[in-house]
Amino acid sequence: MSYEDVASLSGTIGLILFMSMFFVVLAYALWPRNKAKFDKAARAPLDEE
Amino acid sequence: MNRGGITTTGGIFTALVLITGILLTGYAGMNAIDAVFGFHMYLMAAAAILGLLALLMGRPYRDDPGKYNYGVVKAFVIATLFWGVAGFSVGDYIAWELAFPFLNWDLPWTNFGRLRPLHTSAVIFAFGGNILLGSSFYVVQRTNHTRLAGNVAPWFVFWGYNLFILLAGTGYLLGVTQSREYAEPEWYVDIWLTLVWVTYLLVFMGTLMKRRVSHIYVANWFYLAFIITIAVLHLVNNMAVPVSFLGSKSYSLQAGVQDAMTQWWYGHNAVGFFLTAAFLAMMYYFVPKRAERPVYSYRLSIIHFWSLIFLYMWAGPHHLHYTALPDWTQSLGMTFSIILWMPSWGGMINGLMTLSGAWDKLRTDPVLRMLVVSIAFYGMSTFEGPMMAIKAVNALSHYTDWTVGHVHSGAMGWVGMVSFGVIYCLVPWLWGKERLYSMALVSWHFWLSTVGILLYITSMWVSGILQGLMWRAYDSLGFLEYSFVETVEAMHPFYVIRAIGGLFFVIGSLIMVFNVIMTIRVAPREESYSNAVLAPAE
Repeated sequence: MSYEDVASLSGTIGLILFMSMFFVVLAYALWPRNKAKFDKAARAPLDEE
Repeated sequence: MNRGGITTTGGIFTALVLITGILLTGYAGMNAIDAVFGFHMYLMAAAAILGLLALLMGRPYRDDPGKYNYGVVKAFVIATLFWGVAGFSVGDYIAWELAFPFLNWDLPWTNFGRLRPLHTSAVIFAFGGNILLGSSFYVVQRTNHTRLAGNVAPWFVFWGYNLFILLAGTGYLLGVTQSREYAEPEWYVDIWLTLVWVTYLLVFMGTLMKRRVSHIYVANWFYLAFIITIAVLHLVNNMAVPVSFLGSKSYSLQAGVQDAMTQWWYGHNAVGFFLTAAFLAMMYYFVPKRAERPVYSYRLSIIHFWSLIFLYMWAGPHHLHYTALPDWTQSLGMTFSIILWMPSWGGMINGLMTLSGAWDKLRTDPVLRMLVVSIAFYGMSTFEGPMMAIKAVNALSHYTDWTVGHVHSGAMGWVGMVSFGVIYCLVPWLWGKERLYSMALVSWHFWLSTVGILLYITSMWVSGILQGLMWRAYDSLGFLEYSFVETVEAMHPFYVIRAIGGLFFVIGSLIMVFNVIMTIRVAPREESYSNAVLAPAE
């Protein structure tokens, strides 16, 4: 395998891997069922004791 | 509450570790092959003896019988103030030294090369580190509704970490360094820090594990990412072979461009995780708390967290543009630095917008003003950073004072100001005071710091760009137009302005110390505080 092959392969793998990880994060953050939990968490510093 | 001294598992374990430590360091001190190593070994032995005495007297068990362990947080706050003033003062001194070189007195201990790492470590690790460790111990307890894990361990982290700073700082002055940026301490100090840091991780994780809420608040994620990443960075960057186990000198396990890349992988992530992620944790707790508003968007904070920690890891190569580092690695570093714009600004917007509905408080609360201005500086320096990481811009800015100015807009504007804001929040809360001793003094501190920072960064912009342009100026015959010493001469007025700006900053910090001391000593006690302490948990 030449240098160019390695470079383009690792670039492609990196792109797919990183973008899919990002989409997982987006899905977790924006999932409608999580909204109530996150709204509560946003008040965590205020809802102590 | 165990008041029996060392009779807990943690106490017995610590005692055994300390006794082993006294024997080991005592032996190494007596057989040391260089004087500084011997001095450091005896210093460590003395610290271990003091630690053992404190343990036998049951000191770690005595503080704060209340719901939360505030004793160790208070200690961290005090240490932050001490190291802050020390670090800023040394920094300003070397700024004057650059403007008037006779100030190094032709002595080895006071030359710029030895004082500079003393300044950077004192500010980043001593001032920044103490407020990060202290605030993390505060936030992890408050947001998880549980007491800090362990009795001895948090105190071991406090004294151990500050011993690390003492060993590092005295080592630099006496000429012991492994010459790695932000990682100058030699191998034995690195091993000591590893022990302290792993204990810190265990205390933090242990507290998270016994939390009494289901969701872990996002500030804790940032703190945890900081603790874990710094551990990994520290271990990889400091892989070295000591010349002797009884001497201070060591050689890096890596060589050439790999060594350079490792150093800047470490160096930039020290910026990304020590000076950014961990201080963002402070922002996510103290800004909502102080503004009495919920986080603007919790969803954004999650996206902010994951994208920030994944992207920062790759940005290091931008410190090695136009070097022997392969071109693709440089482009990779540049690209990831530019992508970092998005999480950085996402986080900045999230912090600033948390004030929506509470903007009027900026007029009346100088502490909140400090926190908000720190976020503004965060936005500014995280805009500037990726711009300077672009190769074409870097060709002009690299090795010039522009870099120095950029670092200081981040360090003084963001890290410094947010820490001041947090100290002003924490002191009345921890010591149970109704309010700070003087809000007017907070305003003075705010304005002195802000003007000082602006003098610093504007003079360094001019100086840096001037320097860069002079270095690359050619005459009609293709010769360099300026000799190096001419560029140094052109810097002089800006060095003086910078040193004046730094002086403003130092004076501001002294005002803060006075205000904090007076708050602890004479400010009125909060009505509910005595009840809060005496009442049992729940």
